[in-house]
Amino acid sequence: MRRTVIRALAAAFVGATVSASAQAQQEIKIGVIYPLTGPAASTGAELKSALELAADIVNNGAKGVAGLPFAGGGGLPNLKGAKIKLVFADHQGNPQTGASEAERLISQEKVVALVGSYFSNVTATASQVAERYGVPFLNPESSSATLTQRGFKWFFRTTPHDDLFVHNFFDFLKELEAKKKMKIGTIATFNENTLWGNETTKLEAKLAPDNGYNIVKQVTYPAKSTQLTSEVQTLKAAAPSLVMQSSYLGDALLSMKTYKELGFSPDMILANNAGFTDTEFIRTLGKDAEYVITREVWALDLATKNPLIREVNALFNARTKSNFTGNSSRTFTGLMVIADAINRAGSTEPEAIRKALVATDIPASALIMPWGGVKFDQSGQNTLGRGILVQIVGGTYHTVYPFNLATQDVIWPMPKWDQRK
Amino acid sequence: MTAEILLQTLASGVLIGLIYALVAIGLTMIFGVMDIVNFAHGEFLMLGMYASFWLFALFALDPMLTLPLTVLMLFAFGVLLYKFVIRRIIDAPMLSQIFTTFGLMILLRGAAQFFWKPDFRSIENSWVSGSVKLAGIQLGKPQLVAGLGAIAVTWLVHAFLTRTKLGAALEATAADKEAAQLMGIDSNRMFSLAWGIGAACAGAAGVLLATFFPIFPEVGANFILLAFVVVNLGGFGSVTGAFWAGILVGVIEVMGGLLLGPQFKLAVVLVLFLAVLMFRPQGLMGKS
Repeated sequence: MRRTVIRALAAAFVGATVSASAQAQQEIKIGVIYPLTGPAASTGAELKSALELAADIVNNGAKGVAGLPFAGGGGLPNLKGAKIKLVFADHQGNPQTGASEAERLISQEKVVALVGSYFSNVTATASQVAERYGVPFLNPESSSATLTQRGFKWFFRTTPHDDLFVHNFFDFLKELEAKKKMKIGTIATFNENTLWGNETTKLEAKLAPDNGYNIVKQVTYPAKSTQLTSEVQTLKAAAPSLVMQSSYLGDALLSMKTYKELGFSPDMILANNAGFTDTEFIRTLGKDAEYVITREVWALDLATKNPLIREVNALFNARTKSNFTGNSSRTFTGLMVIADAINRAGSTEPEAIRKALVATDIPASALIMPWGGVKFDQSGQNTLGRGILVQIVGGTYHTVYPFNLATQDVIWPMPKWDQRK
Repeated sequence: MTAEILLQTLASGVLIGLIYALVAIGLTMIFGVMDIVNFAHGEFLMLGMYASFWLFALFALDPMLTLPLTVLMLFAFGVLLYKFVIRRIIDAPMLSQIFTTFGLMILLRGAAQFFWKPDFRSIENSWVSGSVKLAGIQLGKPQLVAGLGAIAVTWLVHAFLTRTKLGAALEATAADKEAAQLMGIDSNRMFSLAWGIGAACAGAAGVLLATFFPIFPEVGANFILLAFVVVNLGGFGSVTGAFWAGILVGVIEVMGGLLLGPQFKLAVVLVLFLAVLMFRPQGLMGKS
């Protein structure tokens, strides 16, 4: 019995290999490395669907997305209609596994380019392997600023990074002051004390004086806090107009509850994504989550200004029964960018693809992202990427910045706790 | 710094300190009776939180209503854990005991993550929500109820130990296992009772916390470090010691944070802890 099963499996395997090599001429293999198992497996599954949708659009076309490149289908025109074949690898959230999978994809699967890997630390190790082998590595969604500070030749990143997001905050404040003819006032920073919270806050503290803002207090708290009473009292005593906050979910919830309990009402809380954009945030706090402004990378209501977003999201929804998120929309875009580069290269030679990536110039109208387009600088960073700011009103996130993409006017200041209904 | 802020912070410190005390009482009890450090104690708290969450989410029963039920469930869980796991390691080397309870901690955390997902949950619109103003200071009702509940449970445990025969038997076992056995006290029964009460106390703390603290598989880790400090500070095995030490730690944490800067709040607590270890190793109320 067991022997029969093994034989059947072997036959299937051989069959698969033979049929794969029979089609090899028209196939372009792209290696994709994501966390398909492990703690981030649910995100991995979502990103996999986004990649499959992008490949399917390039290979087979899609109806109703006329504005999207390759929507006609039929593969990559400059390569005689070659089809894209995604070769998936699972890094399990582990940087070592990410590196060894990158090695396997390049040396055994002979992929022409790599895309990945969601976690910044895995992207760091996997792209090192690509750099060594001289294979292009495109990163759609890791946001650690250091990734493009390594002087790599083969590394390209489409998403804006953490530093750019902080710059966005100050652009927003300046433009808001001009638009509403108002003054923002003083700023306090409030953050959890791990690498991410400290790094973003350090940059906020550096940029604030450069932009003419006064930081009156900086409060840091341990990531695993049982209470934030003294922190909030300290903030309250400094009486800032604006709090810039970097928190993960548990501490974001705790801080909001403590603000309310102690009656701390700044004009605005400007949050740095993470805990504030988790689906649990609004669900847990209900009305108490209202008016907070947080940075985001993408929001579904952008579709009212860019119909392409609605159309592509409909395709994604038909497959997965859920909408795009900031992660899946960026991953989708990443694959479209590498497909565009390979097509323009007209070749599967790594150097030709790299040169095409360097020359990338995709207009905003061909993207489902709120970016100015895609264009890489010397370090491989997309210079036209930018974040958006969303405000929680009526229990959902509404885009309020950049102003030309906004679906709703900014409500500023947020009402004091005792004046809320 | 106004008197109002000081008073407000003091009140918040006392209220959270009462919760620390309740967690620590269970821990100190298990240690006092059988000299085993229970690393999985934070997970009892987590189970208490999840029990009240699911009773609320599935049957719309308020945590305050289900408090007795949850406490009973945790009591049974503690007893079963003793019967099937801990009993086998009573006479084992200390290292094995540490590994056993440490392993339990990882197992319970992992199981919670597997069955209930790593998501953050919370109980909204419980009977106790909102806040009250007392003498110019703002107190959250959930925190207030949790503090009062913690006092009630502590008093019950204390009364049980000092006023009942069974409690006296438990104290006797804690004082001298062999002598108690010679007096006809079944030490096995006492040990399982200690585990039951210990787990029930942590469970009660979990239920009281559940109305205002997010519920997630790792939540025990936030409280367990402070609970160990409280147990040491109050004196290993001393219930009254743990009670006062809990309040002390809560107050020192918030006041230290307010006066010296929030980044030092745990440092102040731990410096005090070191000082007690150096100058009064038996703890504030422990017997040497």
